[in-house]
Amino acid sequence: MSSSMGKTIGKNIIRMILLVIAVSIAAFTLMTLSPIDPLQANVGQAALGSMSQEQIAKLEEYWGVGQPPLQRYLAWAKDFFTGDMGVSLLYRQEVSKVIAVKLGNSMFLMVMAWVFSGILGFVLGAVAGMHRGRAADKIIRGYCLTVSSTPAFWIAMLLLIVFGVWLKVLPIGLSVPIGVEASGVTFLDRVRHAILPAVTLSITGISNIALHTREKMIDIMESDYVLFARARGESNWQIFKNHGFRNVIGPAMTLQFAAISEIFGGSVLVEQVFSYPGLGQAAVSAGLGSDLPLLMAITIISALFVFGGNLIANILYGVIDPRIRKGEKAV
Amino acid sequence: MKKKINGRTLLLFWLVLSVLFLTAVCIGGSFLDETARVTDFSRKNISPCIQYPFGTDWLGRDMFARTIRGLSISILIGVCAASVSAVAAFLLGVVSATMGKMADGIVTWLIDLVMGIPHMLLLILICVASGRGLKGVILGVALTHWTSLTRLIRGEVLQLKEQNYVKIAYKLGKGRWYVAMKHMAPQLFPQFVVGLVLLFPHAILHESGITFLGFGLSNEQPAIGIILSEAMKYLVTGKWWLALFPGIMLVLTVICFYTMGDSLRKLIDPASAHQ
Repeated sequence: MSSSMGKTIGKNIIRMILLVIAVSIAAFTLMTLSPIDPLQANVGQAALGSMSQEQIAKLEEYWGVGQPPLQRYLAWAKDFFTGDMGVSLLYRQEVSKVIAVKLGNSMFLMVMAWVFSGILGFVLGAVAGMHRGRAADKIIRGYCLTVSSTPAFWIAMLLLIVFGVWLKVLPIGLSVPIGVEASGVTFLDRVRHAILPAVTLSITGISNIALHTREKMIDIMESDYVLFARARGESNWQIFKNHGFRNVIGPAMTLQFAAISEIFGGSVLVEQVFSYPGLGQAAVSAGLGSDLPLLMAITIISALFVFGGNLIANILYGVIDPRIRKGEKAV
Repeated sequence: MKKKINGRTLLLFWLVLSVLFLTAVCIGGSFLDETARVTDFSRKNISPCIQYPFGTDWLGRDMFARTIRGLSISILIGVCAASVSAVAAFLLGVVSATMGKMADGIVTWLIDLVMGIPHMLLLILICVASGRGLKGVILGVALTHWTSLTRLIRGEVLQLKEQNYVKIAYKLGKGRWYVAMKHMAPQLFPQFVVGLVLLFPHAILHESGITFLGFGLSNEQPAIGIILSEAMKYLVTGKWWLALFPGIMLVLTVICFYTMGDSLRKLIDPASAHQ
């Protein structure tokens, strides 16, 4: 790889760091703008009424009421840089610990969904593109269009009704069986509990990548080099292997890395339906309970994932496409 | 020739059908407001039948009325928020493409920033910032949907600026305003309208998502997300109709908006209408 490639990557990383800082400022501003009184939301009006002034003052200090925002932000940022994410107000644990557990649960699910939807979406898109206008294309396209207009949480609910309530083959929620000690939870249990959420995320994730791959594939099938390949007598599979694959995989991968943000968003909804204790569910309860440190940490971590995904996509593009490696622009 | 129906006519047919469906839902929703609120314990938990096609819930409310009413609320919120978002996208896109490097840098940076936070998370943040409720949902949807359309408009204007007829117009001494109105607007307007219509489904899906999570409207306003989140509590007891029918109607609504946008695009673009 040339030095120009390294330069671009360096530039991208600096840009990414600046964006993450901006994200943290934006998220913090939004949180402090909130008119919701964290005391009222979490302690409750009745409990507040029966408390002494001192107790209320103590609680106010705990939830950070009344301090100037700039001071709070700087204090928060200083701690964050030294690796101290603060204490989650809702879980009464260090944010880093809460995040570690939740992120572990979510990653299990999201990686499964991401890989599965990526591969299947690519294959379906390629098949549809190569058989444009035929039955396979129509079915795949119809599926993609329907799914992209269906909210993820509703698909989750339908799957829950069918597999959890009617057939009773898969568990209804949570990431581990209830009433079993942590040491007694087997890997298989975890997989069983992650199947439905992961399938939901995959179902919705496929459509985007499949539709884009299809479009690209159609363009390639109409190109002169494919026409020439046909004239030479190459079979469909040979055409795909020799001409289609390399041209389509680049855009598909960029798209799939950019889709990390979508999967993250989808997991928020899906985890809520399955009461799967992942990052998304933590974000919802942090939002509803005005748990500032936790919500901030989740926002920044998810932003890191999104920007990281984009960065990897840019680098991979250079690896796959020699034109970009040499500093030219892709056509 | 087996098929006699012209492609354009077919597109027009779908367009009209979608518009009819959506207006029917909106008008129906405003009439069914009262019916949707009536609770009657003598008819609770009825599964779908002829009198109550979508069944009734645990309070004996007619789910059909509730669904239509909820959809009309959701459509209204989605359309309002998406329109605001689209206007912002148009302005930002034009500014970014015409006001020089600095403005362009700022706008693209803003786009990256908004796209950097997962959409659902940003919606949650904005809803919390505005204290939840209707205001939060509209603000949230409006503030998060402009990015892709801004990119589209920006690209389009940049391309237009390079067109020969635009350059010639400038050389002939025509003013900026004249060129913008005579040469740019006619090209941009259709793109903008299609972009706007295609924003609606996204907006409605996100609106339903955020209300589903409990950040949106109160329980008295039966937006479609609220209906579905209430239905979720009763899923385990086997009341499938509470979730199934409102969901189907939501999907139909979104599909209608997509069809609307798609057929509009193809009708405006003469090259693709006869494919």
